[in-house]
Amino acid sequence: MLKGKHLVDPQDLHLDELDQLCRLAEQIQKNQSQYRDLCRGQILATLFFEPSTRTRLSFEAAMLRLGGSCLGFAEPSSSSVAKGESLADTIRTVAAYADMIVMRNPKEGAALLASRYSSVPVVNAGDGGHHHPTQTLTDLLTIRQLRGTTEGLTVGFCGDLRFGRTVHSLTETLARYKNNKMVFISPPELKIPDYIKTGALAKNRIEYRETDRLEAVMGDLDVLYMTRVQRERFFNEEDYVRLKDFYILDNEKLKTAKKDLIILHPLPRVNEIAMEVDADPRAVYFAQAKYGMYVRMALIASLLGVASC
Amino acid sequence: MLNIAKIKNGIVIDHIKAGQGLRIFNWLGLGKAPYTVAFVVNAESKRMGRKDIIKIDNEITIDFAILGLIDPNITVNIIENEQITEKIRLKLPERVENILICKNPRCITATERYAPHIFHLVDPEQGLYRCEYCDEQRSTEDFR
Repeated sequence: MLKGKHLVDPQDLHLDELDQLCRLAEQIQKNQSQYRDLCRGQILATLFFEPSTRTRLSFEAAMLRLGGSCLGFAEPSSSSVAKGESLADTIRTVAAYADMIVMRNPKEGAALLASRYSSVPVVNAGDGGHHHPTQTLTDLLTIRQLRGTTEGLTVGFCGDLRFGRTVHSLTETLARYKNNKMVFISPPELKIPDYIKTGALAKNRIEYRETDRLEAVMGDLDVLYMTRVQRERFFNEEDYVRLKDFYILDNEKLKTAKKDLIILHPLPRVNEIAMEVDADPRAVYFAQAKYGMYVRMALIASLLGVASC
Repeated sequence: MLNIAKIKNGIVIDHIKAGQGLRIFNWLGLGKAPYTVAFVVNAESKRMGRKDIIKIDNEITIDFAILGLIDPNITVNIIENEQITEKIRLKLPERVENILICKNPRCITATERYAPHIFHLVDPEQGLYRCEYCDEQRSTEDFR
């Protein structure tokens, strides 16, 4: 039962709860009209202390499609935060107005802190370079729909694995499913953090390797998860410029890839996937964005306790 | 061999790594104590070679979590009527609050000052702790 829970870290959800959410998302996708009044009278607050297009719009679209309403802000300059209000006070106030809070914040651990001051469910929509659990739900649903399973896969993560919160969340989650292998492809400066290697990967005895060459491992992959090098995570612009185009996936690099590979990307894309790849049927990142809305509908309905699978 | 009188009721902090005793002495504020305190440095020890010892002739409350972080090999003896009534072997605490401080500038604790700094033990052998908020790891060596 997910009613009233917070979702801060993907580990907050058991595998059967992840499965339930994916099944509910699939039901909603098949039969949207059945769910259009499910959240009538309920309010979702979207507090975005950091810019976002698809996560915020996806949550708002999800709530509106469930018949509920949304309020919030898209940048901190238009809120009391600009006046120096603490996160705790902002959350306690908003919790008095809304039935659920979705928050993105540039600081790591912000959602956990917020959840401690909230009387309504808090959903982490990204806390700095740390976690992004609803992107993980999106990724899981996409893999499940397009590969038919979330087990026994060789998954390559490519790009900024150090600050890539979507990578951290998905790695820790896929590590809990049976027989998955991971390949981490990054420049040395952007390697996957140690806490993930000594934590989820070690605990689940996941076989993994690290490399800086995408071409060397392309043929082994069932899923390729591309990520953007994020300017906003660097304190030094020079480092960003040096690393931003380290990997560019194009048709040439895909020549050795499996026929049933799927290419995911949390979006937005900058240069890391050439536009020519979009026409390749293995490129599923736009379908992935759509799955994101359905799984967020499932999540909202479940946390508010108005639907379950 | 230097002899120091037995204490009647109090605490003996033994097996302190040689050189660490002064830090514990200062942390407990024993320099201003209105009761008898004996501070022995570089005492001979079969187990350790050299060790520091602090004898406190008074019943005081000590946070064993902090003491464990400073040196988990310390032994604390509780003395009543000149007899050892309890021997406490310290170990690294599973959870510490506002003892280790998160140094990650991207952590929420860097800006929201009221947020307690909470760390969980992840590797007792290496003395590694993980920040509850950002997962940044810190070693007890940083604390010592």
